[in-house]
Amino acid sequence: MKLHELTIHEALRLLNKKEISAAELTNAVLDRISQVEPLVDAYITVTADTARKAAEAADQAIRRGEAGALAGIPLGIKDLICTRGIPTTCASRMLEDFRPPYDATVMEKLNAAGAVMVGKLNMDEFAMGSSTENSGFKPTRNPWDPSRVPGGSSGGSAASVAADMCLGALGSDTGGSIRQPASHCGVVGIKPTYGRVSRYGLVAFASSLDQIGPMTKDVTDAAILLNAISGYDPRDSTSVDQPVPDYTKALTRDIRGIKIGIAKEYQETAGICESVCRAVEQAMAVFRSAGAEFVDISLPHTDYAVAAYYLIAPAEASSNLARYDGVKYGFRATSEPGRNRNLFDMYKSTRSSGFGAEVKRRILLGTYALSAGYYDAYYKKASQVRTLIKHDFKTAFDTCDIILAPVAPTPAFAFGENTDDPLQMYLSDIFTLSANLAGIPGLSVPCGFSDEGLPIGLQLMGSYFEEASLLNAAYCFEQQTDYSNQKANPAKH
Amino acid sequence: MKISSTEVLHVAHLARLSIDETDLAAFSEQLGGILEYVAKLSGIDTSGVTPTAHAVDMANAFRNDKIHQHLQSEEALANAPEADDGLFVVPKIIE
Repeated sequence: MKLHELTIHEALRLLNKKEISAAELTNAVLDRISQVEPLVDAYITVTADTARKAAEAADQAIRRGEAGALAGIPLGIKDLICTRGIPTTCASRMLEDFRPPYDATVMEKLNAAGAVMVGKLNMDEFAMGSSTENSGFKPTRNPWDPSRVPGGSSGGSAASVAADMCLGALGSDTGGSIRQPASHCGVVGIKPTYGRVSRYGLVAFASSLDQIGPMTKDVTDAAILLNAISGYDPRDSTSVDQPVPDYTKALTRDIRGIKIGIAKEYQETAGICESVCRAVEQAMAVFRSAGAEFVDISLPHTDYAVAAYYLIAPAEASSNLARYDGVKYGFRATSEPGRNRNLFDMYKSTRSSGFGAEVKRRILLGTYALSAGYYDAYYKKASQVRTLIKHDFKTAFDTCDIILAPVAPTPAFAFGENTDDPLQMYLSDIFTLSANLAGIPGLSVPCGFSDEGLPIGLQLMGSYFEEASLLNAAYCFEQQTDYSNQKANPAKH
Repeated sequence: MKISSTEVLHVAHLARLSIDETDLAAFSEQLGGILEYVAKLSGIDTSGVTPTAHAVDMANAFRNDKIHQHLQSEEALANAPEADDGLFVVPKIIE
């Protein structure tokens, strides 16, 4: 087996038995990146030099018997997670030259565990989008079919994992941005419970919805990475002080007697494509044969989730992105010659040329929803509907342990297919954004392929802090199917 | 629901964005379409429903008022488009 094709748990075993070195592994991944990056465009920055140094340090730690839980594992990081001294662009012209003076908490944790960061991954600008087409630098291509998008906003993370350009990655999920690209690229992705993972150093999009999570080649790797990044952090006052279980210990494969809820509102949703329906039904049969029971549930406010989300998220974004004013860091538009510019002109020209169209659209929408005279009708109303959606899930989890649903209504779509009409793109988030509104965990695990050979993901959602049961159910499914072992071959096309 | 060009320009000003003629037409139409869609929320009775600001129930987060390690001014200024003598430089504010 080629080293870059290893999973994290396979690589850890070989590293600890000293059958391979961290330096060899990192070099293999860097070589793989040089080979396929021109076909995939997953990375914004490749940090080859620092990666080689980190790999050497990991080898020394392993020799001394002091290896951390991820010693020598090459990982890719979505480019909105602050990395000290290394560009963190959010795929925006606004932050093209921004080098954070500090590490995000998740980076401190990964570094302490001995992980080797190989680079920063492409995304939709400021995480606003479902296709990575909104990157201010370049679109990322789906490793399964270069004419298709990888999904988004963590499209670079998903594509890099699918194309073996890292062993695992971190993404972030505000309305589906981990789960949907994981589904489109045939990898595993988990959005943890809101507050499970510290957001300190995660560049904010919508603070009450954002959460960092792992994107990996299989479920065991997701559990390993989630172990490494979870936990309370006093620097993020919204992180929750609850003990972190060892998620790898939860992977027993035994799901006998668990109750899986099927929401009638999801089944009644229009526009789900045939191949997705088929894959989800086949997945249900796998769970049934493993001893799970199915129960019918109702999430009555599902039809309002997209509307509530596309008021709350832009409102928070318009406020969070006010900080990009050309003063403290990031881009500043230079003044036009001969023009005596004042501060307002500088703000406006900086923001107008620094942000892309989708970011501006959401800032405008959010500013409108928060502005005098509209606040009650839009932002407050949406926040009340959010309470109802939360309540729907609480009621559903009285009768079931896990909710099973599609991740996205279709497999990966073609470039340009959804760019003319932003609302159409928003509507495709119907199955994922409720979990963010409610704050519950959700994961995507590969569950089949479309007729064109594109991967399809299955979504499992659980109650607050039930990541362990989600991972175990996904593990049980993965062990009985072969979808996670299928490999994309970006060089084939 | 339609949103007029004047309204879009007003909101753009509040958000410190300038929008040119070509973008204005597109933004007006797209925002109008989105607002028309989200108007469906008005069909739900939310009287007496407490708005959710935080997904996970929690009380206020307090910490001890102790001095921690923070960025030194040199580091804080390192990314500034323009800085001088330990300060951020901006265009003239007072004439």
